[in-house]
Amino acid sequence: MELDLFIRYGPALLSGFGVTILCWLVGSIGGLVLGFLLACLYRFGPKALGWLIYIYVEIIRGTPFMIQLFILYYGGPYVGLVLSPMQAGILSFIIYGSPYFSEIFRSGFNAIPKGQIEAARCVGLSERRILMRIILPQMLVPTTAPLTNFFIILTKETAILSVVTVPELLYETQTMAAETFTFVEPFLVLSLFYWVLVIGTSWVGERVEARVTRHLRRV
Amino acid sequence: MNFSFEVIWHNLPYLLAAARWTLLISLGGMAISLVWGIFLCAGRISRGSVIRSLARLYISFFRGVPLLVQLLMFYYMLPYVGLDLPAIAAAILAVGMCSAAYTAEILRGALQTIPAGQTEAAQALGIPTLSLWRRILVPQAIRIGLPSLVNELILLVKVSSLASVVGIGELTRISQNITGETYRPLEIFIAAAVIYFLINLVISGLGRLAEKRLEVG
Repeated sequence: MELDLFIRYGPALLSGFGVTILCWLVGSIGGLVLGFLLACLYRFGPKALGWLIYIYVEIIRGTPFMIQLFILYYGGPYVGLVLSPMQAGILSFIIYGSPYFSEIFRSGFNAIPKGQIEAARCVGLSERRILMRIILPQMLVPTTAPLTNFFIILTKETAILSVVTVPELLYETQTMAAETFTFVEPFLVLSLFYWVLVIGTSWVGERVEARVTRHLRRV
Repeated sequence: MNFSFEVIWHNLPYLLAAARWTLLISLGGMAISLVWGIFLCAGRISRGSVIRSLARLYISFFRGVPLLVQLLMFYYMLPYVGLDLPAIAAAILAVGMCSAAYTAEILRGALQTIPAGQTEAAQALGIPTLSLWRRILVPQAIRIGLPSLVNELILLVKVSSLASVVGIGELTRISQNITGETYRPLEIFIAAAVIYFLINLVISGLGRLAEKRLEVG
């Protein structure tokens, strides 16, 4: 194993890792927010809107991410939407993640007994307070673990962004491998970076879970 | 080059035959994922600290290592320990065991919403642990976690395309082969995407039906 390779390619790999983290964080948090809005609109909005969301969820969830990315990046210019690779990458990431997030939140809504919401209405709580004070704190309990799952799945999906030349980790690794004819070292480093990301994510997930389930623990 | 439906029509029988392998891997994987996921979830929250650590290690391994690597390990490394699996078995096992890690976490999240009083009441009534899980905990956890579980099953259908690396002629692999012969990537891959989409549509439709049936209150 040649260590001086890493001195030469270290900065490129690190910058790739930075881009991966940036795309992942912005894309998945954007997807999370959009997914939450979709789930709320589905639940509380008019029925016609619910149908539109249902169709959106099925189409985006049912097709591969790479095809969505291709359509946005290569097909976008035909309708006047010219995006840089990075913009297209992050935007498609938000779109791809949102239906999964929305379904996870829907499962959170399902976990709350209807009687609680009826009772809250009876004692005169506003809809907004019902959502913020009663539904949200309780729905975080069953959703935190699946949300962590999906954040982890998304870390690995960022690799697909390399096909539209976003200079993320896989892209830099492939460049290094092609220029130096080494394969073991670059991909070893690649796995190490992803592993760090996954371990970090599940660590944060566990902390969040400990916080949101605090009220369930018995003293 | 115009979009040609003829290319799709001509190659449809091959694509559908390949889709059978995709279905086989997906269904086999789902069965393993759900059943093994329930056991893993039980292990993850068990009182025995050894079992709990093992389940935790399993989950962090299968969630942390890319599925592609797992698949290659199942196919190329297991023969060294005397377990020579055919490619299809290795693919089903790898996909299912990886997915089980995610399923276990989904179920664990759902289980936390079930009041502890239910378990205590069951124990007070002398209901055996197995029945407690089978009749009380698992049905409720599945009801609450259903949308997330459907998410996971849909992802499972999509990752079945990785089985092509161990030489299985599933949908993605055959699409690549046909593209190599016809030089029509657009038509063939759109056709493949539509087939994946239809499979996923059926899965999520069944999920919605199950949700309706299990709905309470």
